[in-house]
Amino acid sequence: MIVRISGEGQFELDDDVAERLNALDNDAVAAVEAGDEPRFTDLFGQILALIRSVGSPLADDDLRGSDVIVPPSDTTFEEARVEFTGDGLIPG
Amino acid sequence: MAGLSGRFSTVVKAKISKLLDRAEDPAETLEYSYQKQMELLQNVKKGLADVVTAKKRLQLQSQKLEQQVVKLDTQARQALAAGNEPLARTALERKSAVQTELQGLDPQIAELEGQQQSMIDNQAKLQAKIEAFRSKKEVIKAQYSAAEAQVRISEAATGVGEEMADVGLAMQRALDKTENMRARAGAVDELEKAGAFEDLTQLGGGEDDIDRQLKELSSGTQVDGELEKMKAELAAGGSKPAGELSSGGEGGDAGAGA
Repeated sequence: MIVRISGEGQFELDDDVAERLNALDNDAVAAVEAGDEPRFTDLFGQILALIRSVGSPLADDDLRGSDVIVPPSDTTFEEARVEFTGDGLIPG
Repeated sequence: MAGLSGRFSTVVKAKISKLLDRAEDPAETLEYSYQKQMELLQNVKKGLADVVTAKKRLQLQSQKLEQQVVKLDTQARQALAAGNEPLARTALERKSAVQTELQGLDPQIAELEGQQQSMIDNQAKLQAKIEAFRSKKEVIKAQYSAAEAQVRISEAATGVGEEMADVGLAMQRALDKTENMRARAGAVDELEKAGAFEDLTQLGGGEDDIDRQLKELSSGTQVDGELEKMKAELAAGGSKPAGELSSGGEGGDAGAGA
């Protein structure tokens, strides 16, 4: 699985990490919806740390597209609130 | 492998796709208009120049504010030593306002620094992908039938297209932030224009509009505390008669500090 951290680059991850990422991702959205900034910051940090630690950076001349794109690492809680509450752009 | 179902990532992915749509079919864009990629690279370079300019301006202001803090602190000491407590208070209030601005500038300068670096990295990555695509395209054309080559080139174009879109997104963010910082830099200019940087000793004890505004900006308790501390320091070092420091005493009170 290839994951891009927006503004930073692409990482190749083992597929079995997806479950963990998915769980963190859902928790992060829940934290945003609950207005819980510290929890959001913590979870988002965990998502980024997980990708960077278990993923290996894709070579710059690798032309594969990403399966997943996570928001930029400097995403603020305010931005997250605007982008990720309700059903977001994609319902579900 | 399916993507995450979580909305957190899909939102960003949707955004990138939207950018890709706007950039027309990426395969076509890359196959036929190398021009477009060059345009984007040019934009990145321009954006980078904007970030650098904004950073330099903030750095200059930061230096100016730091000098101002030192100057106001000295003036407060001089005023207090001369027995002019209201003037000392005004100086400290101004110092507090200037310090608040300064504290706002420092993290912004650091942020611009980081932004500059990541834009340089982004630009290098995009350039590498464009180059890789160009050579890969030729290899594919030579190795596959026309129909098959079309599919494979399209696939390769996705990677470049995604990178282009992401660089575009990152640049937009960087420019938005630079815009905010311009506003902050403008606020410091306003402060200066309003007379906050004027020499206090020229003003006498009178209170004007700026003083009142600054008083609201700065926290009274902080100023009170600092005033008390300064008084104590003066008393501790206090063999000097009051009034002596009001003129030509630069550096003369160094021994009274800490």
